[in-house]
Parts: sequence; C-alpha cells; structure tokens
Amino acid sequence: MRVLAAMSGGVDSAVAAARAVEAGHDVVGVHLALSRAGGTLRTGSRGCCTIEDALDARRTADLLGIPFYVWDFSERFRDDVIDDFISEYKAGRTPNPCLRCNEKIKFAALLERAIELGFDAVCTGHYATLVDGADGLELHRASDAAKDQSYVLGVLNAEQIAHTYFPLGSTPSKAIVRAEAAERGISVAQKPDSHDICFIPDGDTRGWLAEKVGAEQGEIVDRNGAVVGEHDGAHAFTVGQRRGLRLGVPAADGKPRFVLEVRPVTNTVVVGPKEALAIAEISGERHSWAGAAPAASDFACEVQIRAHADPVPAHAYLSDDGVRVVPEEPLNGVAPGQSAVIYVGTRVLGQFTIDRTVSAVPVDA
Amino acid sequence: MRFYLDHAASSPLRPEAREAWVAASEVVGNASSTHGAGQDARRLLEESREQIAQMLGCDPIEVVLTSGGTEAINTALRGLWMSRDADADAIVLPDAEHHATMDTVAALHTGGAAVRAVPVDAASRIDLAAFTAALPGAAVATALVANNETGTINDADALARAASAAGVPLHLDAVAACGHVPLSFRMLRGDAPAATGLVALSIAGHKIGAPVGTGALVVARSARMAPLLHGGAQQRGLRAGTQDVPGAAALAAALTASEAEREDEAVRLSALRDRLIDGIRQVVPQAELLGDPVRRLPGNAHLLFPGAVGESLLFLLDMAGIAASTGSACQAGVAEPSHVVMAMGRSEQDARSALRFTLGRTSTDADVDAVLAAIADAYARASR
Repeated sequence: MRVLAAMSGGVDSAVAAARAVEAGHDVVGVHLALSRAGGTLRTGSRGCCTIEDALDARRTADLLGIPFYVWDFSERFRDDVIDDFISEYKAGRTPNPCLRCNEKIKFAALLERAIELGFDAVCTGHYATLVDGADGLELHRASDAAKDQSYVLGVLNAEQIAHTYFPLGSTPSKAIVRAEAAERGISVAQKPDSHDICFIPDGDTRGWLAEKVGAEQGEIVDRNGAVVGEHDGAHAFTVGQRRGLRLGVPAADGKPRFVLEVRPVTNTVVVGPKEALAIAEISGERHSWAGAAPAASDFACEVQIRAHADPVPAHAYLSDDGVRVVPEEPLNGVAPGQSAVIYVGTRVLGQFTIDRTVSAVPVDA
Repeated sequence: MRFYLDHAASSPLRPEAREAWVAASEVVGNASSTHGAGQDARRLLEESREQIAQMLGCDPIEVVLTSGGTEAINTALRGLWMSRDADADAIVLPDAEHHATMDTVAALHTGGAAVRAVPVDAASRIDLAAFTAALPGAAVATALVANNETGTINDADALARAASAAGVPLHLDAVAACGHVPLSFRMLRGDAPAATGLVALSIAGHKIGAPVGTGALVVARSARMAPLLHGGAQQRGLRAGTQDVPGAAALAAALTASEAEREDEAVRLSALRDRLIDGIRQVVPQAELLGDPVRRLPGNAHLLFPGAVGESLLFLLDMAGIAASTGSACQAGVAEPSHVVMAMGRSEQDARSALRFTLGRTSTDADVDAVLAAIADAYARASR
C-alpha cells in the first residue's frame, strides 16, 4: 500500500518508517511543522519542532531512500491543540494535548490530506496494535505495557483506524526499537524520548499558562465554602495537587489537604482531605468509539483516565446524554477535561471527555 | 523522467562555467601572493573580473566578488548604512523584496534604522511615486530589478533616476534579473552625483549557470561603503578574504555565455512560458497568472491556484517528476506564505496557493508537456 510515514525526528517514528519500507510498502516521509516559531536546535528532550528535529527526520528518510517533505500544520495545531489547551484550562479543565493532536492533527488533518493525495494509510511510531476482528479492525494495547500509547489513540474512530499503520505495536520493548535503529544506522538511535508538552519548550506549564490565561488572585476554600487561603491564579492548580497551597487555616483534623476542584468562573480552588479525592463515578457527553458502537447500553469494562494510570475495572452505561462509568474502586486524581478511555481486555472500545465527577465521600464525611 | 522547472532557485551549471572552473583550479597560488605562482592566479582573477565588468557595464575595479547574492546584498545594505550621513536615519524598502534584503533591513531596524516601506501594485511592481516620495533624506534605498517570485520587471532606470535626484544611495538587487534582461550599471547610474543614485548592484552566479558560491556586488567608485568582512585589503578593502579564482573564472564564463544567448533565449523561453501559462489555464480555468503579463522575466510563470494547498501541489508534481516551487523562503523546508503575494494585496490563503514555474537554458517542450499532463489532477486533489 501507499504509506505516508509521519516522522518527528525521533527514534520511534524512524524505526516505524523503516519497517514500513521493509514490509514492501511505497513509503513517503513527512515531518509536520507544528510551530512557526520553532527553535533551531533541540534542547534536552522537549519539543519536536526544531530545525534539528526536521533534519533528523530528513536524514532518516535519506537513509531509507524515500522522498521526504515538511508540511506546515502550524495553523491547525495552534487552533485545534494550543488554543484548545488554553481554553480548556480557562474553563477549569485539564486537557491532554497529545490526545487532541492525534484527534485533530495526525489522524485528521494529516490523514485527510494523505487520502486526498492518494495514500492508503498514515504510519506513526505509536505503540499500539491493530487486530483484525469480527467487525473490522480493532485498536489494542501495545505488547510492551510500559510503552503502551493506546490511551492517547483512544480518540480514533473506525474510519481513522482503517487508515492507520503502527509498525511498532508488537515490539516487546522500546530497547529493541533503539537497538534496531542502531543496527539500521539511524542517527537518532540514542535520542532521548520526548516528554512533557511539545509547545511549552521550557517545560514550565504553570508559567506558560499564567502568561496565556492570566493570573488573578483568588480564594482557596474548603468543601463547606470556608476560606482557608489565597492563590495567585486558579489555573496553576490541578486536582490532586498537595504542594504549594500555602494555606493559612489548618485543617480541623490536622491532616494535609489536596486540591479537589478548580472553579474558573469564581476563580476559586476547593481543597479537602485526601479521601475526598476518591471519585465514585465519571461521565461525559463528548465521546467516540474506536469501531462500531457497543451493542449493549451497559456493560463491564476497564477505564483508564490518564496516559500512565492503571486501568480500573468498571461498569459503563450509555445513554443519549453520553457515557457514565462507575469504577469498582474509586478513581484518584480525576479532573474534568481528562479523557476516560474504555477498554475491554486489551481492546480500546472508545473514550469520552470527563465533564462531571461524583465524589466517593460525601461533603460532611 | 525528471522535469526541472525551478531555474530561478538554481539553474544547472553551464558547461562553459564548469570548464573554466576546472581549468582555473589547475592554477597554483594565492592571488595575493607576490611570487610567480601568485601572479598567475592574479592574472586569471583580473581577466575574469574584467570580463564580468564588461558584462555588467561597469569598471573592473567596481566588481567585488562575493559568495553569492545574499552576501552581496548584505555587504551593500549594511555597508551603505554604516557609512551614511549623520542626519540620515531611514532605509527605503519596497514591500516585495527578496528575504536577503528584507531580513538584512530588519536586522538594521533592530539596530536603530527607521524603515520607510514602499508599496507594490497588484502585479508586484514597485510604486514609483511612493518610492520617490520616500527618498528625501533617506540613508539607503534598495529595489529589485525583477521580482524573484513573480518575475515582474521594475523600471530600474526610473528608480535609479529618482534616487539620483533625491541624492540617496541606491542598491539594486539584480539577482533574478541577471542573464534575462539587459543590465548596464553605467547606464543605470547615469550622471548621478558622487556617492548617490545607483551605487551598488548585486548578482548571484548560480542563477545563470555558474557554481553556487559565486556572485558579485558592483560598487560604484564613488560609493561610501564600509566593509562587512575585515582581515585583508583584497577588493578595495570591501571584501577581505582570499579570492576565489576558479569561482571568478566560472562566473565570468557563465555571464559571457548567458549574455551571448540572452536575446534568442528570451524569445524561446517567452514562447515556452506562454504555452505553459495558456496550457495550464486551459486545463485549470481557475488558475490566475500573477505578476505583470508582459513586463516579466521570460522564463517565469507564477500562478495562483485558488483554494489549493501549495504543499500538496508541490508534492503531487514532484511525484510526477516535476520540480516547481512556491518561490518563497523556506524555514526547515516549510514554505512560508509568500510575503510577495500578500504585498500584492492577496490573502494569506492565496499566498499559500501560488506556484512558480521557472524555465531556463535546459528547458524544452517536454517540460511544459509534463506540467500540462499533471496539473489538472494535481489541482483537483490538492484543493480543499
């Protein structure tokens, strides 16, 4: 098939492209320029849009003997990922920009263009597997649980899955991918893994948000509404956070308190005991299915709420209002805006964006 | 099969230039050395300089050899700015100049230079009245002889006369024009007073079939220009550094060859180009020719493909073996929306949907046929 290999300049997408070529596909490499103001040189392990990264990708394409292009998706990325990230935080929600990028850029804008230009699939270095199931292609976890990236791919729908290709999904470990890169002579074999948010180059998410969202002093209250402290901007707080609260009024029981909720409209941060972080139920309207929608309106599943969280056994209920999930054990550190990905075994069934949470501990407990 | 329609980016090396380079490379010695070997090198260098001067209509002493167009432009603009009159604080800058000019002026602006922007018309031609009005009291003015993207030819003569009348030193960027339109520094300069009017003119070797890394800045005898590079008294002290004898010989050979065939080539290339433009508009009626339809470089066809993604067009044409360009500057391989197209009053979307085909010495009917065979399908698939 004709394959468009998205090449970030990192080792995973390089090996993925190499395997696509080796499998006999007709491969073209493309590097997505996601920032117009990208730096020249890579610093540490952040970012993916420097000129050096584009050059790394180009040199891998040269090695593989495939055509290579750099395409400018910076406008789409700014609108659909960066601005979305800012407005979600403004709304007191905690988005996952990698997931949004997969949903809106790599497997939407890029995939659409690829199909227009005559390609059959977009190939990436994601760690996830595609399984030919009874009702078509299914998205599953990667063989290497430590590297599994199926969570950030949970937003893909059946049509998108039908046009994706993940050559690394069945690789037992990342170490094998690095060794393979070295063996193939790929220059980025030892390049550090990227982490953090690519468009925040110094990794200072709070500082970056303060600049974009604006920081305004507000109150920190307990679950009964009593003021227990002040903050310099609600956006700087995440549900589950303990450090940096600087509370003036100690808790009655003397125990540490945690951020339970961020209320952007009133610029208020709500704190409470650790137990109150436990969430008994999550629900959301905006959802998608990685294949056919489930036939049953309620079913047993597992739910995962962060890229590196453990999946928790749960029960899902579907209705016209969206998806509601009740975990068998309470979930910790759930914030509205996060995506909950629903699994059955290793299979990704779909996902929804969490709008509402129900605490496992009543206010007066 | 490959079809090369990007001569404005870089034109294939001319056999005469290659031979001149190879022959000159056999000569041992630094042209600044006093021994016999050095003198041999110097002789070849000065013969080449004389030949270049003859082709550009200037005195040999006025030819400063550079590493290309960018260095020539930087040397001229920075050098003139550094030697400006104490009370002059502005640079006159038309909106559709090449990035080598735009970015140099931007850097000077950061250092304190005021910038007087001059609009261009819908065909990207410099507005002569606005240019003239911007001149009085300016430290430096600069202008393209022909626009590198659209191929529109400016009235260099009138621009030079305006600068002369205003008593402002003018640099002309002739990188895109060289080899395609008659160029005489002496005639363009006319009887301008010392150190003002046309004082500098830039060309680049690889646009006319000399090697990349060659170029020249013509600097009038009377110009006041501080050097960019220090470290030697070569070339009037304006460009320190060991002189590139084979490069000079190759540039001289390429200039001579291109000048010899210029008029015939203009006729041949204009006909090919018109067939390309007409043919494209037959199969893609939405396509619109940008730039002046008549007063344009003979090999330039710059077209707007409304609604198309320029990157996709380039990709599809490349898959068909066709090398074309958006004509605008690249950052890490990404084409920016063309500031030239936007200066012509078009939207950013239009600026991303323009393609430049440029023909040259090696172009044939087969190149035009290849584009005409591929463009309709490419346009259909590259449109949103």
